[in-house]
Amino acid sequence: MGSYVLRRFISVILVIFVVATATFFLMHAIPGGPFKREKALPPAIQRNIEERYKLNDPLWKQYVDYIGNLLRGDLGPSYKYLGRSVNDIIREGFPISAHLGLVSVVFALLVGVPCGIISALKQNQWQDNFIMAFAIIGVSVPSFVMATLLMYVFAVKLQWLPAAMWGTPKHVILPMLALAGFPTAFFARLMRSSTLDVLSQDYIRTARSKGLSWGAVVYKHVIKNAILPVVTYLGPLIAGIITGSFVVENIFAIPGLGRYYVTSIYNRDYTTIMGVTIFYSALLVMLNFLVDIAYCWIDPRIKLTDAKE
Amino acid sequence: MEYSAEMFKPINKDIDSAEAIVRPSVTYWQDAWRRLKKNRMAMVGLWTIVAILVIAIFGPMVSPYSYSDQNLEEQNQYCSSKHWLGTDDLGRDLLTRIMYGARISLTVGFLASLLNLTVGVIYGGISGFYGGKIDNIMMRIVEVLNAIPMLLYVILLMVILEPGLQNILIALGLVYWLGMARIVRGQVLSLKEQDYVLAARSIGASNWQIITKHLIPNAMGPIIVTATLNIPSAIFTEAFLSFIGLGVNAPMASWGVLASDALQSFRSYPWQLFFPAIAISITMFAFNFLGDGLRDALDPKQRK
Repeated sequence: MGSYVLRRFISVILVIFVVATATFFLMHAIPGGPFKREKALPPAIQRNIEERYKLNDPLWKQYVDYIGNLLRGDLGPSYKYLGRSVNDIIREGFPISAHLGLVSVVFALLVGVPCGIISALKQNQWQDNFIMAFAIIGVSVPSFVMATLLMYVFAVKLQWLPAAMWGTPKHVILPMLALAGFPTAFFARLMRSSTLDVLSQDYIRTARSKGLSWGAVVYKHVIKNAILPVVTYLGPLIAGIITGSFVVENIFAIPGLGRYYVTSIYNRDYTTIMGVTIFYSALLVMLNFLVDIAYCWIDPRIKLTDAKE
Repeated sequence: MEYSAEMFKPINKDIDSAEAIVRPSVTYWQDAWRRLKKNRMAMVGLWTIVAILVIAIFGPMVSPYSYSDQNLEEQNQYCSSKHWLGTDDLGRDLLTRIMYGARISLTVGFLASLLNLTVGVIYGGISGFYGGKIDNIMMRIVEVLNAIPMLLYVILLMVILEPGLQNILIALGLVYWLGMARIVRGQVLSLKEQDYVLAARSIGASNWQIITKHLIPNAMGPIIVTATLNIPSAIFTEAFLSFIGLGVNAPMASWGVLASDALQSFRSYPWQLFFPAIAISITMFAFNFLGDGLRDALDPKQRK
């Protein structure tokens, strides 16, 4: 276990390094550089700007500086918001995004997983058909459609919930539903198929034939085994929540990192785009690492297959 | 009722005719098609896709308006006999724009999926067929790329390449072949150990013949399923990119651009958002249903 964790950790560091390098060189491949405008700036100002952002240094030196700053956790200044660093933007926006994302993940798990189990236990009955109909809607409707529909029905027409901004628990509900729509439906489908898989295993029949009640079989054998694929999906889920937040935070005017990110794309604020991309990538790679470790701990069989490969 | 010996007559005990094949054998594809036809949802998906394709191809030709015709006297109108789905803020006919949008969204979906298919099949095929060290290195690369949140890099590429249809295809094509490569590799890896490959090799078939005659046809099922399910995710990604301002250039409009434009005045003219949103959702439904159906039909072993 220890060596497995260590090996995975080294590869995590490597991936983050590759990501940072690739992002840096991609951003510097933009023709003309970030301060190229349609209207040319006076040469003196242009020179000053280039000096301030060290754009006159050779590329390798800029790269070494950038990686050095990264190691100290400094993502550099924003090109568009004078006097603000990318770190400030992340510090401001990320807690809000993380709050919304976490609530959505919890919602998706608490609703999607039980729905999938019910669906499998009642296979081809009305409960199953009902849940699966909702699930196919959930995976087919893009998050921005979901978000605007929810806003139209519950905020504009019924006026039950606020349409925008952030602050009270009431503000969380609609964006959470919009963000959690896809993962909830996905979990329901995943859990259904894995539960059906487990139900046809021999050990379920054995458990039944030794006299265990159906409820106990489901609780002790079925759910514990069927939930494993859900754990592996947690990594992609978090990635989906992050990209979903770009859209949902914009629609609901939530001052989270996703909204800053999209604004910086509109403004072509290159350092912010670069910094937030690296931040999100590193975050996801780390979370994936934790999920893998958790998986290894939950299901010891995984180490064997890993060794075989 | 009484049974008597006269009621029975011995059938012809002809060994030759007993062994004869009466019906033509059913090929894999005929069998798959038969199974697919039984799946009602998949067929609904298939016919919906055909209908959307027909509308996308012929709709704009029939329409009296063009997607870029502005008419400032008819701004933001609701559905009427003149403009079936209303007009947008520049008085452009929304139905025509949605039909044009279908062309763009479907083009992106099909071409991106085709690009992923080509790259994925070649990469996965080489990796699986040669195995050993080559496979190890190639799969390490896929693993590293897979750990990276690809949508972020599609966004980054779009920022660098500037928005536009061609660049969306490049970005999507460069990034989304990983899943296909893994599936093809897995298929090839297990198929090449099969006895019929050994048999083919023993009668002197070349690598190329084995790959094209045995490995690819047998791996076709999962490849088609993955390609089909890649189409809606490409359409989805394009809509997402358009929504955050990295889509195709005006006055062209994909469904994502239409939805994004309508968002500004969504409270006053909600139908401008709903119609493109419905179009996206129906298309996603159709492809998802068809993909699920194809998975059941082409891979009967997996079916529950």
